[in-house]
Amino acid sequence: MQKLVQLLEFGAPGAKSLEEIRQQVASAGCSSKGGSGKSSCGSAAGQGDLPPEVWEKVKNHPCYSEQAHHHFARMHVAVAPACNIQCNYCNRKYDCANESRPGVVSEKLTPEQAAKKVLAVASSVPQMTVLGVAGPGDPLANPQKTFKTFELVSATAPDIKLCLSTNGLSLPDHVDRIQAMNVDHVTITINMIDPEIGAKIYPWIFYNHRRYEGVEASRILSERQLLGLEMLTARGILVKVNSVMIPGVNDKHLVEVNKAVKSRGAFLHNIMPLISEPEHGTVYGLSGLRGPSAQELKALQDACEGEMNMMRHCRQCRADAVGLLGEDRSDEFSNEKVAAMEITYDLEARKAYQAKVELEREAIAKAKTAELVKLADETSAIKIQVAIATKGGGRVNEHFGHAHEFQIYEVSTAGAKFVGHRRVDLYCEGGYAAADGAATIIRALNDCTAVLVAKIGICPKDALAEAGIEAVETYAFEFIETSVIAYFKDYLQRVEKKEINHVAKGDADIRQGAFTEA
Amino acid sequence: MAYKIISSQCTACSACEPECPNVAIFEKGGTFHINPKKCTECLGHFDMAQCVAVCPVEGTCVIDKSVPRYQAPA
Ligand code: SF4
Ligand code: SF4
Ligand code: SF4
Repeated sequence: MQKLVQLLEFGAPGAKSLEEIRQQVASAGCSSKGGSGKSSCGSAAGQGDLPPEVWEKVKNHPCYSEQAHHHFARMHVAVAPACNIQCNYCNRKYDCANESRPGVVSEKLTPEQAAKKVLAVASSVPQMTVLGVAGPGDPLANPQKTFKTFELVSATAPDIKLCLSTNGLSLPDHVDRIQAMNVDHVTITINMIDPEIGAKIYPWIFYNHRRYEGVEASRILSERQLLGLEMLTARGILVKVNSVMIPGVNDKHLVEVNKAVKSRGAFLHNIMPLISEPEHGTVYGLSGLRGPSAQELKALQDACEGEMNMMRHCRQCRADAVGLLGEDRSDEFSNEKVAAMEITYDLEARKAYQAKVELEREAIAKAKTAELVKLADETSAIKIQVAIATKGGGRVNEHFGHAHEFQIYEVSTAGAKFVGHRRVDLYCEGGYAAADGAATIIRALNDCTAVLVAKIGICPKDALAEAGIEAVETYAFEFIETSVIAYFKDYLQRVEKKEINHVAKGDADIRQGAFTEA
Repeated sequence: MAYKIISSQCTACSACEPECPNVAIFEKGGTFHINPKKCTECLGHFDMAQCVAVCPVEGTCVIDKSVPRYQAPA
């Protein structure tokens, strides 16, 4: 692992070109099939109800596998700025709101710059297993740039999975190319299957050298999206569907969308909240349409869950984000810095890391099963939500004051279930507790009974207690799910002994505005 | 004779560039521009000016009044 450090020496004058690195890798004779990752996952460490062939494909994908995002990282590069439709929740001065967040501008890259950046990141971050091309813009409205990037990357780093996100309009034209390039994950943003509803979301599309508006535009878009979805699943390519939940426009309709995409073979449906603030300058933002609350979003996700796998860990991170989900290291890999880097792509070190993660995951699964067994003889109608401060690795390991976000688990005697993230502003900025910091965090966690942290100060602890949220340090550095279940058991006992009263909690806020790290 | 791009509004999204049938659009200084000598207002190619139809910022690709309108060769 030591070797990895050397490539972070910036400013080396004779930085290697991409071609040189590629030759190096080729002569090192690496193949994409490693000895390690194979035997693993006999234990269903998070497999859930996914078929084994699907699980095999997605288990190291931080966006698709709920627990992979604890250990693996994805990276997006913004090589495709052009788009062929207009969404009312998008202001194209900023990133594409489908996959990232409005209000943030990504660094635009040429395919060559992007490929080098990917290698630089992959070499120093062994967790990096996935490269996505998403917004700003639509990757398939820029097919040359997108596929060139994929080509360059897969020639040098064959172990990196490729994925792309599209609005679907030109998807049917590119399905063969997508298959030939070995892209195994495609995300389509589908917000409606009813053109009447679509007309309120999409003012126009550009298709076959024409601009279409109104219901006709949405009819074409919807047909193309569903056709593309069918074509991909027929070829065995995994398709995730993203939907933006727009209250009063498509919120109820998304249950229909869920059925339609499930019946066409999408393996995951990710319902994301509309992010809408006037200062983003989007049509919705300017007209005062607001995003859903945390419980509204969860109710819709729950309604769709019987139907198929729901994705609840999407953070709508920015398109050029680098890091584990929720963490952003893009500043370390700016265009300038990457251009000057010496890169040695160390496939072996990457494999070793990934094998280690496999072991850790099995340990987590075992610990969880053990804890669940202890819960087996409890019966209670009580169901609570617990927030976790974590920086990854599947453990309760973040200081309350340093948490950018909390993971939310719902727990009952049936077990613990991950239900989402809450992003917050840092409570503690440079050692000074922000005056209203605690208040915002409380609003974001208002539907939780407790928050499990590695550490917390007295002040915020009291403020939380006042709001009826118990801050708990007992489970510091333990596995998350095990801790949640253990806390719940303890909670039930205290309720039974009448030490505490169980109260049903209210709703919570979804943080607006772009997620950028200070 | 031609369309022009109002630079101050152009987001440099590049959507228009590959759509132009006359390769009249190019990038310079961080935004896109139209070469008036090459632009035919899409006449003879499409029934809509492609740059106008694809541009996400309304009123950014507009007729340049300082040059006479294009006449298709008879
Ligand atoms: S935006 Fe959503 S889908 Fe894309 S990387 Fe982030 S979490 Fe994954
Ligand atoms: S009007 Fe047509 S020919 Fe002229 S610049 Fe636009 S796309 Fe090109
Ligand atoms: S489509 Fe419009 S905004 Fe995009 S580059 Fe062309 S003129 Fe600029």
